[in-house]
Amino acid sequence: MQAKARLYPKEAARLLKEKPGVREAVTGATLHFERNRLRAYGEVPIGEWRERAKAVKDHVLSHLDRYLEEAERRLWENGVQVHWAEGPEEAHRVLLEIVRRRGVRRAVKAKSMLTEELGVNPLLESLGVEVLETDLGEYLIQLLGEPPSHIVGPAIHLSLEEIRRLFHGRFGTPLEASPEELAGVARRVLREAFLTADLGISGANFLVAETGTIALMENEGNIRLSTSLPKVHVAFVGIEKLLPRLQDLALFLPLTARAATGQRLSTYVSLIQGPAKAGEEGPEEVHVVLVDGGRTALLADPEAWETLRCLRCGACLNACPVYRQTGGHPYGYVYSGPIGAVLDPGLLSLEEAYPLPYASTLCGACYEACPVKIPIPRLLLTWRHRAVAEGLSPAWEGAAMRAFRKVMESPRLYRLFSRALRGLPLPQDLLPLLRAWTEGRGPVKPSPRPFHELWRELEGEGGR
Amino acid sequence: MRVALFITCLADQFYAEAGVAAVRLLRALGVEVDFPRGQTCCGQPAFNAGHWGEARPLAGRTLQIFQEAEHVVLPSGSCASMVKNHYPELFPGSKEVLSLAERTYELSQFLVRVLGVERLGEGLKGKRVAYHHGCHALRELGVREEPLLLLRNAGAELLPWEAAEECCGFGGLFSVKLPEVSLAMADRKLATLPEAEVLTSTDAGCLLHLSGRMARKGVNLRVAPLATLLWEAYAGQG
Ligand code: SF4
Repeated sequence: MQAKARLYPKEAARLLKEKPGVREAVTGATLHFERNRLRAYGEVPIGEWRERAKAVKDHVLSHLDRYLEEAERRLWENGVQVHWAEGPEEAHRVLLEIVRRRGVRRAVKAKSMLTEELGVNPLLESLGVEVLETDLGEYLIQLLGEPPSHIVGPAIHLSLEEIRRLFHGRFGTPLEASPEELAGVARRVLREAFLTADLGISGANFLVAETGTIALMENEGNIRLSTSLPKVHVAFVGIEKLLPRLQDLALFLPLTARAATGQRLSTYVSLIQGPAKAGEEGPEEVHVVLVDGGRTALLADPEAWETLRCLRCGACLNACPVYRQTGGHPYGYVYSGPIGAVLDPGLLSLEEAYPLPYASTLCGACYEACPVKIPIPRLLLTWRHRAVAEGLSPAWEGAAMRAFRKVMESPRLYRLFSRALRGLPLPQDLLPLLRAWTEGRGPVKPSPRPFHELWRELEGEGGR
Repeated sequence: MRVALFITCLADQFYAEAGVAAVRLLRALGVEVDFPRGQTCCGQPAFNAGHWGEARPLAGRTLQIFQEAEHVVLPSGSCASMVKNHYPELFPGSKEVLSLAERTYELSQFLVRVLGVERLGEGLKGKRVAYHHGCHALRELGVREEPLLLLRNAGAELLPWEAAEECCGFGGLFSVKLPEVSLAMADRKLATLPEAEVLTSTDAGCLLHLSGRMARKGVNLRVAPLATLLWEAYAGQG
């Protein structure tokens, strides 16, 4: 996906103005998920779960080379073909080879953010392969030609009305069709695709090193079909998705489900252990593409590596009051919301993602929600600090901060400033900062006298 | 007992009466109050925006000014959290900073946890109050029950508010760097606001932002810092 993260402030403002419906749809849906998460967290000793999950992830990340080798070995033993991809080009090459060799005409895809990152759909289309997203939300936005707006709910920004209109235009369904009717139409289209596709593509929620097992979670059943009906299955797996042992799934599957949707477990869990053996139904070939995509570099970053614990559950997005106003599109990259704000600078470079670490009030709701305790607010501060150090922040901001410091460093200047604030003509429309403030919030009204003046009288009162 | 008040710049300029209220309240509870000279800003705006080079000298000044204080009390949750949680990040390994952090409290936190005061008086009897949890007070300092307890015990009717714990969208520089998003957040907060007589919170920034937004939208509602209401609880005014 082409990154447009630098446009975030403009795009966020534009969306709020031009598509107020998005705000409504996203706020409603995220609040719903958030309430479910809170209830689901409340049913278990969530503090211990999060601690344990964090510890397992930290362990696997700090021995990643070892676990990757173990996983690769097991995968081969299971009959899976393993490929390594440093970035999109290498990942593309794997697909290219399969498409040519197997004469692939049609591919079905199970929802995967990593394949968005790698630009798998445009590649396949350029090869003349028809690609169908099979997750309902993902299918909707594919029809619209939009990127996903949420890690877990890609079409979270769409209202039922919009979906009705979309289907009316495409399939001639009535404008007042029920959600069930709409899903029925999609099901018919997709079912045909499952049965005729030569290639199934998925991501992975987890890859277990001990057994070489790919674990996939979903609620619709489309992942199961995408990975079992076509003759070839390719799973793209970020190298950070590793878990050491099979038994770790007993913690991570329910934890992820609770964090993401408030479910105790997702409706379907697929554990893929290799291609079909003689006499079994299933794909003849299974490929795992282990993708770096900037993750090794992030792992080596002593201040930002914790980002890689992320399970892509989307809980931080649901909890984030900033994300709720706009959904994911203005963030301009695959990963939006709080995790996007700290992951995108790591994957894209801070220069490319500059405004994203500022897309937060540091309210801390994301940290509270995160099942693996990623200290997102602290990471935001780290990226901001770096942005300033690298000279990426705007000049006015640096000047304002220097002036601010000068005033606050000197009690004498501070008193002068305090008087100026009350001496009407001065700052109100001079400073763009103040104008940005007063436009939405009315004029700035200081107390008649600042406290430090009142203190003299209070001191006189003495009290004690 | 003796406390040094850190009023911080926003409260000093925009909610001076909250400072007065804090002084009167603490004195009434038998606490000696100092207002160390030369104090200005804790450095939070610069720190949060990533300008640590500008934040550090301000934090250093604050450290010096309050070094001798037995307890430092602030009528502001976010500034208290700045001193408690972020000064140690600005000065890693500094014993003085850690010691200051340990002695620093938001006002209601100080009243309940240090003084052991849970009941101030009944001055808020029947008053319908909406309490906004400032994010840093709530999630960084862990101040959730203290203000509610003090308000409730003073007779206030605390109104249920769906978005009470959601961020109001202030966020310091956030409010001017991303004004549209910031205002949309305030609007969400205000859209769910119950019919209150007064809206209160620990933080001057949040109150300034919310009251300014209400003024723009023509909503008329009294906005008062927590310190002011706590003094009213004690003094029986209001
Ligand atoms: S950062 Fe945490 S909450 Fe957000 S998507 Fe990743 S695991 Fe989930």
